[in-house]
Amino acid sequence: MSAILMTAAAGVAGAAGASPFIEQLSIFVLAIFVGYYVVWSVTPALHTPLMSVTNAISSVIIVGALIATGGEGFNAATILGLIAIGLASVNIFGGFAVTQRMLGMYKKKEK
Amino acid sequence: MSSLSPDLTAVAYLIAAVLFILALRGLSSPETSRRGNIFGMVGMLIAVLTTVWNPAIFNFGIQWVILAVVAGGGVGLLIARRIPMTAMPQLVAAFHSLVGLAAVLVASAAFLNPTAFPIVDALGAIFVASRIEMSLGSAIGAITFSGSVIAFLKLQGLMSGAPILLPARHLINLAIGIAIIAMIVLFALAENTDALGLHVFWWLTALSFLIGFLLIIPIGGADMPVVISMLNSYSGWAAAGIGFTLGNNALIVTGALVGSSGAILSYIMCKGMNRSFISVIAGGFGGETAGPAAGAGAERPVKQGSADDAAFIMKNAGTVIIVPGYGMAVAQAQHALKEMADMLKEEGVTIKYAIHPVAGRMPGHMNVLLAEASVPYDEVFELEDINTDFANADVAFVIGANDVTNPAAKTDTSSPIYGMPVLDVENAKTVLFVKRSLGSGYAGIGNELFFRDNTMMLFQDAKKMTEEIVKAM
Repeated sequence: MSAILMTAAAGVAGAAGASPFIEQLSIFVLAIFVGYYVVWSVTPALHTPLMSVTNAISSVIIVGALIATGGEGFNAATILGLIAIGLASVNIFGGFAVTQRMLGMYKKKEK
Repeated sequence: MSSLSPDLTAVAYLIAAVLFILALRGLSSPETSRRGNIFGMVGMLIAVLTTVWNPAIFNFGIQWVILAVVAGGGVGLLIARRIPMTAMPQLVAAFHSLVGLAAVLVASAAFLNPTAFPIVDALGAIFVASRIEMSLGSAIGAITFSGSVIAFLKLQGLMSGAPILLPARHLINLAIGIAIIAMIVLFALAENTDALGLHVFWWLTALSFLIGFLLIIPIGGADMPVVISMLNSYSGWAAAGIGFTLGNNALIVTGALVGSSGAILSYIMCKGMNRSFISVIAGGFGGETAGPAAGAGAERPVKQGSADDAAFIMKNAGTVIIVPGYGMAVAQAQHALKEMADMLKEEGVTIKYAIHPVAGRMPGHMNVLLAEASVPYDEVFELEDINTDFANADVAFVIGANDVTNPAAKTDTSSPIYGMPVLDVENAKTVLFVKRSLGSGYAGIGNELFFRDNTMMLFQDAKKMTEEIVKAM
């Protein structure tokens, strides 16, 4: 019982000793809040570029695909990793490029 | 080469995450948006280089990695350069499907070779937490993939936009959903010696592909803005799931950002249609082939005008508010529309554009199409910013929009669109309605506006009519 209480106290205090999962969860929850406020400040006129750029950045999943290729020699996991790298690359390059192309179209009135 | 220290690696991922936040922050205005996008690219570069800076990956054969990046990147760049702006919704749906599939592949690779990640204990068993994370990542990724493929097919017109309703579909979906959750629990609790228990991973992934497909087929074309936003959100959660498996903060933060972004966009789209999220998910609403409204005064007289009439009225107006809708995009009339607006401006007419939140097939779609036609963004206004201006406008020029102008949404409690925010075009002195026929919009209801005294119908394809008006000027 006291062990549970101590764990809880450590968690509340944010002290070292919290499990890595809880640390990650904290970051995750805080990032959701950051996302909430940042996205509400996006002007509705740019909602389409918002979708294409979020698409591009969510392809940071390529990090996982790269790690998957870190095995010893070729095996099923490294091949899946390589395919995932290819797919994520389509998204990364395509997503950022199409976003840049769209954003380049938004112009102010010529005075 | 030696690998980076864990602290340095973590800091690099943190910088990448911060740059991603700045990329989204930049979108608060068009002026800062391009710089924001560059931040995003730099963030991605940092994340990738940090990961690759690892002897294990180099030993495997960096040439294969580069080949995959070049091949995928080349395809991506080619598509990005060629895609017409009208096809953006399909493109985004297709891109979502790739993120989803990549998540499934990474989760599968982690399952097959957990020591590479490394998520195993001393006995070679995958951690229970990692199992839950990877199965969630795989399941959400699979749903994102198959759901996005269906959304793509519907938007691309390769599949009918009309809802496909299976009998007892809610029951089927519920059963599959429960089965997936049960399998995640089984997978998490399976002993490492229990090959059958571990195999559940493949089953839960397969069932997730199936439910993604079943969830989207009953949703009609008109609800696609919500669906795309929702799948955007899912792709984020899938990335976050993988991020937990890898213990990678850049991925966790990005997943959370994208997940909440998609959720907010879904909320905005639902509000724009006054529909609850649940009712969109339940599906069955609005096919693209909705017939004419039954008995909605088909015999009533309407005032019909020609391009010459429209040109005359608008040239003599002080202010013209243009209300574009999806029909304008389908007819590719945006360039002709811009030309018309330019001629009117030369005559001293003030031009504004009014955009309904759900105009088009994805959030902000109409704004991009207008921007492509070189319409300055400071002439384009959102519903809440312009709605009171209609009372002072001489002409409301409605082109390719219908339901979003329907006053029934304000007055008729029995109307299916009652409560939906609409543009008050009827307050303008004259309403010019470019439309092919008196047919109803996606909601399948008639528009009372067609029969008003201050409305003039211009029966013609949006592009042709606009071109004729330009000629008449």
